[in-house]
Amino acid sequence: MRMYDLPDASGHFGPYGGVFVSETLIHALDQLKEAYARYQADPEFLAEFQYELKHYVGRPSPLYHARRWSEHFGGAQVYLKREDLNHTGAHKINNVIGQALLARRKGKPRVIAETGAGQHGVAAATIAARYGMECVVYMGAQDIRRQAQNVYRMKLLGATVVPVESGSKTLKDALNEAMRDWVTNVENTFYIIGTVAGPHPYPMMVRDFQSVIGREAREQMLEMAGRHPDAVLACVGGGSNAIGIFYPYIPDESVRLIGIEAAGYGLESGKHAATLCTGKAGVLHGNRTYLLQDENGQIIETHSISAGLDYPGVGPEHAWLKDSGRAEYVAVTDDEALQAFHHLCRLEGIIPALESSHALAYAAKIAPRMRKDQILLVNLSGRGDKDMHTVAEKSGITF
Amino acid sequence: MSRIAATFEKLKREGRRALIPFITAGDPDPALAIPLMHALVAGGADVIELGVPFSDPMADGPVIQRSSERALKHGVSLKSVIGYVAEFRKLNGTTPVVLFGYANPIEALGAERFADLAKVADADGVLVVDYPPEEAHKLVALLDARALDTVFLLSPTTDDARLRRVAALGRGYLYYVSLKGVTGAANIDLADVAARIARIRSFTALPIGVGFGIRDADTAKRIAAVADAVVIGSRLVQEIENSRREQVTSNVTAFLSGVRQAMDTLAREEVA
Repeated sequence: MRMYDLPDASGHFGPYGGVFVSETLIHALDQLKEAYARYQADPEFLAEFQYELKHYVGRPSPLYHARRWSEHFGGAQVYLKREDLNHTGAHKINNVIGQALLARRKGKPRVIAETGAGQHGVAAATIAARYGMECVVYMGAQDIRRQAQNVYRMKLLGATVVPVESGSKTLKDALNEAMRDWVTNVENTFYIIGTVAGPHPYPMMVRDFQSVIGREAREQMLEMAGRHPDAVLACVGGGSNAIGIFYPYIPDESVRLIGIEAAGYGLESGKHAATLCTGKAGVLHGNRTYLLQDENGQIIETHSISAGLDYPGVGPEHAWLKDSGRAEYVAVTDDEALQAFHHLCRLEGIIPALESSHALAYAAKIAPRMRKDQILLVNLSGRGDKDMHTVAEKSGITF
Repeated sequence: MSRIAATFEKLKREGRRALIPFITAGDPDPALAIPLMHALVAGGADVIELGVPFSDPMADGPVIQRSSERALKHGVSLKSVIGYVAEFRKLNGTTPVVLFGYANPIEALGAERFADLAKVADADGVLVVDYPPEEAHKLVALLDARALDTVFLLSPTTDDARLRRVAALGRGYLYYVSLKGVTGAANIDLADVAARIARIRSFTALPIGVGFGIRDADTAKRIAAVADAVVIGSRLVQEIENSRREQVTSNVTAFLSGVRQAMDTLAREEVA
């Protein structure tokens, strides 16, 4: 594969990405672009980022050979990249630290974030507490009801959680509202976007901060198994954990990259969040990408058992990786994800996030058909503590 | 000469400024879409900015968001909005109509098909909130080829290099967003607006409209003293939201007439 150097200077990944925002936001994005260009190569910035990842997050996260689960399949060996062991319980914190360090250098005392399941919101609230910043988190009113525990965590950490009552009252509306806050308070506020979406430079910047996952995994894999995996699997909502682990593997063409979307009740039910599998290109939240939309270009409501995958768009780099054929995208249902969730609990003593359970479910599908000397690397992007209520409810249990 | 250019020429000769109301098409319901457009003209509108409802109006405040939701509840689409323009034209051949909205409904329809339909309906201009000049070249070329004007936004943070670029690409008029924030936000700083308009004029001969934060006749009058056009959106949409259905057209006309009179008083004061 020729050298991969996307996005281009204007933030495009082929036809995707770009800067689709109102004129009122252009200046702020230009400033962010400049700041990021300066600090991404600044040894002091990078050293501080590394320090925080090591001492505050607990990186490197382990690579773990899931032997019993692999034996259960009788096929490929499954390795898990343990992002669930990070401080705050998911990969989200990697990116939040990077952006918060930028906010500090730009002298912004206030950070804002959007959140769906609450993992990104918790990470933002955590870092804001650590750095003494004001933090406002926008969260759909619907998600606030579904994720009461994370709402309380954010409040414990000192953040203000603002319920968003517009539109479908979910993640996409929270993102709209955060953008509205940013455009109004741009002078003192830094918007920490949680995924590889939004206008340029966010998709690139978030990818760069998250690619620590793939860089570590690549080295750890060579150390433990002496070779690259046959395929790398990650769940895709907005796509930040997937880009994080895919990106360093893009030049290794022998390694299949597989993104797993949420098929919800099934693709044919219409109630899912499988944007790349079933959507078509359009413009939302500042970039051109695949979207779930009706024939009139209105964004439609999505469904997934996992709030973190419940998003009608997807990062523009995934759109490009799909079209270029470098990555493939599939979808698994709520039920398949739940089954993988329970398997991992029982066979490995690991309670995975429902988001990550989608990637596990696809590994469970393909591993049995593979040889025993083949390797699947799955990004275990978060832990499942936050999902206890959802899973219990599915099993008919109330606390 | 385009209908928009002709309108501004005529106003200039008369020493008047343009009044440009914004409404969301199909709000509160599709049956009122065309009567409301005529009500705007009756109230003194020179150009109509006709909002195309979108599920995710990222640059709009709560008032216009709600208007979009009301229209969408009735299934109003970009194609229906273009249909309203065609219907409006049956009775009005002079008032320019600018289709005002977000990129995705246009992309879903196809930019070329959209340009064709807008031309056939005899619309006059298009403003796409989330197409800054960097992403708008294809649409501008399609609209240029059909003699339709592409209207662009300017903001308090637009620097000189961008002013030059926007001025080169803009057609019809330029829309200066007078404050940071979303539509319907706080109050406007008149001295600051006057200084910015003077700066913008050094880059373009296009008329300059000012919007965001204009909530009453007095502010409109004071903006009219420095700009070529006054855009009123959220305040008007609020009027629609707060009116009983049978009074909505007359209330809209009455509200706009007050603004119109204040702006025309200014014209007379200038002549005197």
